[in-house]
Amino acid sequence: MSKMMTYGEAIREAMSIRMREDPTVVLFGEDVGAFGGCFGVSAGMFDEFGPERVRDTPISEGAIIGCAVGSAATGLRPIAELMFNDFLTVGMDQLVNQAAKMRFMFGGKISMPMVVRLPAGAGTGGAAQHCQSLEAWLTHVPGLKVVYPSNAQDALGLMLTSIDDDNPVMFFENKCLYATKSEVTSFDPIPLGKGRIALEGEDLTIVTYGRQVYTALNAAKELAADGIKAEVIDIRSLFPLDKDIIRESLEKTNKVIIITEETKRGGYGGEISATIGEEMFDLLDAPIARIGSLDTPVPFAPNLEQYYMPNERDIVVAAKKMF
Amino acid sequence: MSISKEQMRDIYTRMCRIRAFETAAKDLFAEGKIYGFAHLYLGEEAIAPAVCECLRDDDFITSTHRGHGHIIAKDGDLNLMMAELFGRYTGYCKGKGGSMHIADRTKGILGANGIVGAGHCISCGAGLSIKIRGTDQVCVCFFGDGSTNQGTFHESLNMASIWKLPIVFVCENNHYGISMSQDRHQAIKDIADRGAAYNVPGVAVDGNDPVAVFEAAEEAVARARAGKGPTLIECKTYRQRGHFEGDPATYKPKEEQAAWMAKDPMPRFEKYLEENGVMTAEEIKAVKDGVAKQIEEAIAFADAQPYAPEESAVVDVYSDINAEVRER
Ligand SMILES: Cc1ncc(C[n+]2csc(CCOP(=O)(O)OP(=O)(O)O)c2C)c(N)n1
Ligand SMILES: [Mg+2]
Repeated sequence: MSKMMTYGEAIREAMSIRMREDPTVVLFGEDVGAFGGCFGVSAGMFDEFGPERVRDTPISEGAIIGCAVGSAATGLRPIAELMFNDFLTVGMDQLVNQAAKMRFMFGGKISMPMVVRLPAGAGTGGAAQHCQSLEAWLTHVPGLKVVYPSNAQDALGLMLTSIDDDNPVMFFENKCLYATKSEVTSFDPIPLGKGRIALEGEDLTIVTYGRQVYTALNAAKELAADGIKAEVIDIRSLFPLDKDIIRESLEKTNKVIIITEETKRGGYGGEISATIGEEMFDLLDAPIARIGSLDTPVPFAPNLEQYYMPNERDIVVAAKKMF
Repeated sequence: MSISKEQMRDIYTRMCRIRAFETAAKDLFAEGKIYGFAHLYLGEEAIAPAVCECLRDDDFITSTHRGHGHIIAKDGDLNLMMAELFGRYTGYCKGKGGSMHIADRTKGILGANGIVGAGHCISCGAGLSIKIRGTDQVCVCFFGDGSTNQGTFHESLNMASIWKLPIVFVCENNHYGISMSQDRHQAIKDIADRGAAYNVPGVAVDGNDPVAVFEAAEEAVARARAGKGPTLIECKTYRQRGHFEGDPATYKPKEEQAAWMAKDPMPRFEKYLEENGVMTAEEIKAVKDGVAKQIEEAIAFADAQPYAPEESAVVDVYSDINAEVRER
């Protein structure tokens, strides 16, 4: 069966599929109930599953993530939504010191099957406290898995897998992608740690995820006009990371650009870059190029916000330096 | 009654300024002239002007995502505010902050805030600084009902209490945190009751009555200035609009909305002013006309301001280090 779906609908569909099958799957967060979530992702789920399983919380991010931890430890498979990934700051202890560490600290005797949904990214005028991309904070924490889909099919399949996973999975959602439609042909889980070739090419590899997949695809179009065939790899999950797909691509292209929307310093793009440098150096015949947002908070004014974020030009310029 | 006629006129003028500013902001947002978020103070105008009437220029306030009213009440500059909402370089924050982050250190405005519950803690810091620097300043912390479910609210009340910090905690209980009505997000009616847990005096007042708010604030500010510690004032009010512009607020019962519209602080205070011989209908009209002109000027000012040059994004991250510019 093939169906056009928005990214937001695909996330909703995956949550609903699992909630229909498994009474231990629950969703909670601020305004996720009858209001349907700040971005409408859970619209209608309150009507289908009721207030017990689609639960509005007070504004208490520490307790929201804590409820995920405690309920995951005692037999539920919770999905907790933070309205914006920026509010991780408020719930960070429960996530970093509790969720991520319990299995290990307790000698493997506890499971932590929880998902935290994290709307992220700039482009909406939300400014410095509502538009960050904080995925690298979480990839830095052993014990957390980190997922970041770029389209409806991946959002659906990765959400199914995230719910099924017995570990805390941090599920990043890009706010600017919610309304974008794409084709969904499979309702099966997509394994974590498996990247996807978004575009095949043989001259240059662009490694990315989330919304920047589209920046990369647009740049690839421009580059194609100049005879440079770029391959775009959407890693889909940051940890576990599909190193093989990157290696196989580099075996063809020997050149790599990494583009992520996070501020560049200390970003996950740096981890990808270091991994390539350490493990695939022999395959490279040009220095690795890494593109991110400016190392500043996200500015409010639309023109500054655009300047802050990476774009197609940045990729094209970096690519041209390689040839 | 301790409030003077002059103070009532001043409060009313500020209330009018806020009503006019927010009404304009609503329209400008609908026209697409204001980008991002707009959380409006419409319906809550009686609170900040009455509280700030008790403050001096060198006193501090912390604010929230719904900050325009607080900033105007503390004498924020309308032109610079509007220019910031327009994202212009000459706005309050050089276009970097927008509606949710307007600040004016020279007027003691420690910033609107996009993080619910952040201001409570910042006010403790301002209070501590006042104490250690040995001045008799006061900090007013404005916040919503929804934010009183954050740990930060409780941590701050406790800390302010044990250290006797000169803070007035002003809760604007508009009965909603986005779609969550107060009776769904907490099991108490009077947030003022939460003061008791920390030995902080708590009073609940009609937040649509500026005289009632003023009287509670005057006492609390005097107490804080005298070094006797914090007070929690709960002002019961109503958010007349959706949570932000664009929210149709279908979760608000029609009868509830209508009942609160009937208690709109603007016509109510106008009636009071006239009946008590504070202002005549003509004087009230003159204030409204004057304010309308100020807002028109602010819009014209904002519209004429330049956008920030792109490279300006890299400054002000630190006092001494700029981020790298992009080569594009
Ligand atoms: C830490 C944090 N959590 C959630 C939000 C999203 N949010 C913004 S305003 C708001 C509701 C706040 O309610 P209240 O404190 O009553 O203030 P009001 O909007 O009613 O003035 C929420 C949940 C946020 N900005 N920060
Ligand atoms: Mg409220």
